[in-house]
Amino acid sequence: MIEVLIFATLNGLVTGLLLFMLASGLTLIFSMMGVLNFAHASFYMLGAYFAYSISLYLGFWPALIVAPVLVGLLGALIERYGLRRVHKSGHVAELIFTFGLAFLIEEAVQFFWGRATKDYRSPDLLDFPLFTLFGQNFPAYKAFMIFISIAIFIGLYFVLTRTRIGIIIQAAITHPHTVANLGHNVPLIFMAVFGVGTGLAGLAGVIAGPVLTTFPGMAMVLGSIVFVIVVIGGLGSLAGALVASLLIGLLQSYAIASDVGMPDLLAWLGISFERDHPLNDIWRLTLPQVAPILPYLLLVLVLIFRPSGLFGKRES
Amino acid sequence: MLEVADLHAWYGKSHILQGVHFNVAQGEIVSLLGRNGVGRSTTVKTIMGEVEPSGSILFKDQQIVGKKSYEIAKLGIGCVPENRDIFPSLTVRQNLLLGMKSSKGSSRWSIDEMFRMFPNLGERADVPGGVLSGGEQQMLCMCRTLMGDPELIMIDEPTEGLAPKVVEQVGELLQEIAARGVAILLVEQKLTIALKISHRVYVMGHGKIVYEGSPQELREATEVRREWLEV
Repeated sequence: MIEVLIFATLNGLVTGLLLFMLASGLTLIFSMMGVLNFAHASFYMLGAYFAYSISLYLGFWPALIVAPVLVGLLGALIERYGLRRVHKSGHVAELIFTFGLAFLIEEAVQFFWGRATKDYRSPDLLDFPLFTLFGQNFPAYKAFMIFISIAIFIGLYFVLTRTRIGIIIQAAITHPHTVANLGHNVPLIFMAVFGVGTGLAGLAGVIAGPVLTTFPGMAMVLGSIVFVIVVIGGLGSLAGALVASLLIGLLQSYAIASDVGMPDLLAWLGISFERDHPLNDIWRLTLPQVAPILPYLLLVLVLIFRPSGLFGKRES
Repeated sequence: MLEVADLHAWYGKSHILQGVHFNVAQGEIVSLLGRNGVGRSTTVKTIMGEVEPSGSILFKDQQIVGKKSYEIAKLGIGCVPENRDIFPSLTVRQNLLLGMKSSKGSSRWSIDEMFRMFPNLGERADVPGGVLSGGEQQMLCMCRTLMGDPELIMIDEPTEGLAPKVVEQVGELLQEIAARGVAILLVEQKLTIALKISHRVYVMGHGKIVYEGSPQELREATEVRREWLEV
């Protein structure tokens, strides 16, 4: 029991922190643009594919640095020459632009790398069990993922709250006109934030690719969960994004690891059904089976009972 | 230093500024007076590059019409907006840091100096700006703009909603700023401090300058005051 709990917590932490790397960028970009960037997870996918290709020639470690930088530069260019122009036509146009971009990137990935799953592996250096507990191994690569995510979180927090540029970014997001009047180039700041946000998504892709497999549908798989997180945490709230990421990561991980389901509940209630009952499939559902639905269920509940999200503020 | 000539501006189809002329010299305090809706705030926004005008705005003999807000700010025009717009979640010190245009600190004003001039702000340096009183927020907003070392500072209704004693403090600060060679364009609806501290005054009505003179002359021009200022 204890070992299940420990491993479920560690795995939940890995997923949660990975989700946060995407959610933090998405929520910052949302506060800035006022619309959700539907292509955000596509930058995550690009990170994985870039890293795969680079690692074929230079190995994993150079890819870890180069791929996110390339993704961030691409993001900054897309903001400068795409979104900034579309912005003049309003939010709907921006939303549709990011939608189109998501499909474009997915098609491009299939065009250049094909539909098959890529053999993108974690580096040999980290290919050993970090520790063995109750006969179960915890891979060193997962510990590395946790380490990178926490380092990024601390770095982001430090830059945003302790440096002058971070203060300018915080202020520019909520009061762009005032900040421009104080002599700061707000469009440049926005481009940089977009670049860093997409770069972070790219980094998440680089480190997640070997574990969650690198295939053209990976953006769709993670993208929808990231939106759920940003909404649950409260649009525009970094703290909310962190809490919701960990919540979803742990929730899914515990649900998968748990060994309970409807049969246990029914037994506990003292109810039993015949094997040929028409709703037999429902009576036999287990928690691991419904784990993928839980985030969306949580989303619906949050939207009903707390529409602004856990940490969100309602615009007055 | 600032020369505005034949300035026109529109909001949609309404013609807000209809040929505004005025100028401000170095170290001078000039007031732009007028009732609500005559185009005072629009004039400020237009100079700041937030509204697209036709006409001419020369700052230090350089045409600034068509430049972006941050470029205009970098040339040396500071603006203290009517709504004050301090950043409520940032501390007093962070608000001041935000006003600096570069981290090199070549400004003639330093944070420590601001705190010496306003012990109130110094005591609350690490308190979020949002919890300050209205008067303190006004001071903070002016100090923040000064941190960027502007040569001309435009202030929109700095005394609005402040207690008489604080209004007096604001007046003293403005005189102190001007004494250091910074030109001030004071935009006001009421005559309170405008007549006391200005070197020259302009009165606006219907998007035009309708009167120009010294504070003393305006004090005596009861006809002008009745028609364009008094409610």
